[in-house]
Amino acid sequence: MAVKQETLQPARKLEAVGQDGMSKSSAKRVGDLFTHLILAAGSIVMVGPFAWMLSSSFKTQYEIYKFPPTLIPESIQWINYLVVFEQTALGRYVGNSMFVSLSVTLGVLLTSSLAGYSFSRLHFPGRDKIFLMYLGTMMIPGAILLIPSFVLMRTFNWIDTYYALIVPGVVSAWGTFLMRQFMMSIPRELEDAAYIDGATRLRIYWTVILPVSKPVIATLAIFTFMGVWNELLWPVIILRSPEKFTLPMGLAKFQSRFPNRTPWHLIMAASTLSVLPILFLFMAGQKYYVQGIVTTGLKG
Amino acid sequence: MTVSAQVPAPSQPVAAASPRPRWSEMSGLARREAIEGYLFLLPNIVAFFVFLAGPMLAAVYFAFTNYDLTWPPRFTFLENFQVMFTNDLFWQVFGQTFYWAFGMVPATIVLALGLALMINREMRGVLTYRLVYFIPHVTLSVAASIVWLWVYHPDVGFLNLLLGYVGIDGPQWLLNRRTAMPSLILMGWWKSVGFAMLIFLAGLQGIPAELYEAAVMDGANPRQRFWSITVPMLSPAIFFVMVTSIIGAFQGFDVFYLMTRGGPANVTTTMVLHIYNNGFLYLKMGFASAMAMVLFATIMIFTLGQWVYARNWVHGFAD
Repeated sequence: MAVKQETLQPARKLEAVGQDGMSKSSAKRVGDLFTHLILAAGSIVMVGPFAWMLSSSFKTQYEIYKFPPTLIPESIQWINYLVVFEQTALGRYVGNSMFVSLSVTLGVLLTSSLAGYSFSRLHFPGRDKIFLMYLGTMMIPGAILLIPSFVLMRTFNWIDTYYALIVPGVVSAWGTFLMRQFMMSIPRELEDAAYIDGATRLRIYWTVILPVSKPVIATLAIFTFMGVWNELLWPVIILRSPEKFTLPMGLAKFQSRFPNRTPWHLIMAASTLSVLPILFLFMAGQKYYVQGIVTTGLKG
Repeated sequence: MTVSAQVPAPSQPVAAASPRPRWSEMSGLARREAIEGYLFLLPNIVAFFVFLAGPMLAAVYFAFTNYDLTWPPRFTFLENFQVMFTNDLFWQVFGQTFYWAFGMVPATIVLALGLALMINREMRGVLTYRLVYFIPHVTLSVAASIVWLWVYHPDVGFLNLLLGYVGIDGPQWLLNRRTAMPSLILMGWWKSVGFAMLIFLAGLQGIPAELYEAAVMDGANPRQRFWSITVPMLSPAIFFVMVTSIIGAFQGFDVFYLMTRGGPANVTTTMVLHIYNNGFLYLKMGFASAMAMVLFATIMIFTLGQWVYARNWVHGFAD
């Protein structure tokens, strides 16, 4: 079930098995050392590009092209960040992305938790069949819906509006699945008491079920928010006015504005700024994010 | 997200009683419950018809029409498919999509498995490693693309600077026909290895320690333990990653759109970028829809194929 809050602590005690302690532990130490070496080398590859981005964002344009390159900037150029805010509408793009991502996330949380509640705790004819069919829709690749969805948005007159970015996104089969799996494990007694007191189902959902579902709500919120925040293809198709651009679009536009002598120091500053919010969100909610992956990948 | 349609058997009493009453036999209370049950599903049901089922049907219809948005779609029967299958660029793009998907997925899985095995050791710093390897996956694809554009820059790029130190004159990477796609695939490994790793880690944690203990008692060496315990027990996770990654890779768009625009000489144009170009740049909506159908069919064949073949190697694969 989805509820178990297992974190991925390395807890396996393989080494302790059945052999004599002394030689085993020194063998383990050598093994650990090798593992650390490989993993550390890999880590440099993984974070290297980011470190390079951060360091360059503080350099002068002159220093960027200097050979050999410097990792620590000669002098910290905070002004790059000011210039980015002055020359681009980065602040605006962040605001736009925030608005769209939050709206979709709230919508998905509401519709998925309602549907999850219904699928897990109410009884009605065809319930499990409908659920299975709904799960099946997750197999439909989004790319094939691109053109008809665009045509649909056009008939609604939603091109270049946030309706097109928000409304089709506020339901999620995966979110419903996640909610249902979690809610199935909530003990019946919890709602029975409220039910005897004469509470309506909607009230039970709101005052009993939702409060105990906080972990899975956090998981779904993080996944949805990050997904919408990173989305590029759909906004590119829908949005026309530059002042409505989301952050990925705005950043792409800023980067493509300089065909020749690219001001890498400014572009790196803008990129750093765009990565930070999502990185903080991920670090803060890492536990819930991992839980979502575990639920989907292993218990789906 | 998940492609698996198996629902875990409900183990709780709440859902275990899954009655199938007929409407006429239901009590007033049960009817009320049923009505509320459907009502709570309403947003999902409406969205299913408006934003999924409807567009799906429309996509099939458009595939057989000539549609440029200004005039209503004109039915042209199989013309789009005829044009597509006799078009060299289409086959090139089709092949390149496979090149991308199969360049990405198997290597990512092997790398991720190795990483997961290393990180699953009982030692210091594993949580930090887990975070570090996962960061690229959660980064904005635009930001990642910008950084990698720079890494691959022929003159001031990081990679060629490094190669310069050891006296190698680095290639033009993204600007060269031969190296463009491999460069993108390399970046793809970097971006996606963390996700697979995380799933494998979770899978490794779920293998009961007793299995290994018993194997050690029986004198199995580490290699035997890996092939006869770790791999079979991890096979459902591997299967999941394989299916979802292939589906995702066939639909790759961001890096191609941001880093190469499909160039040079179309060698990095893949299906979705081609669909985007035809539909939204040349306004050939019908043709693009026909191409989307081919993509859909390709993905379905691969998914179902993996499903059928899964019986042979995925542990506990029922259904």
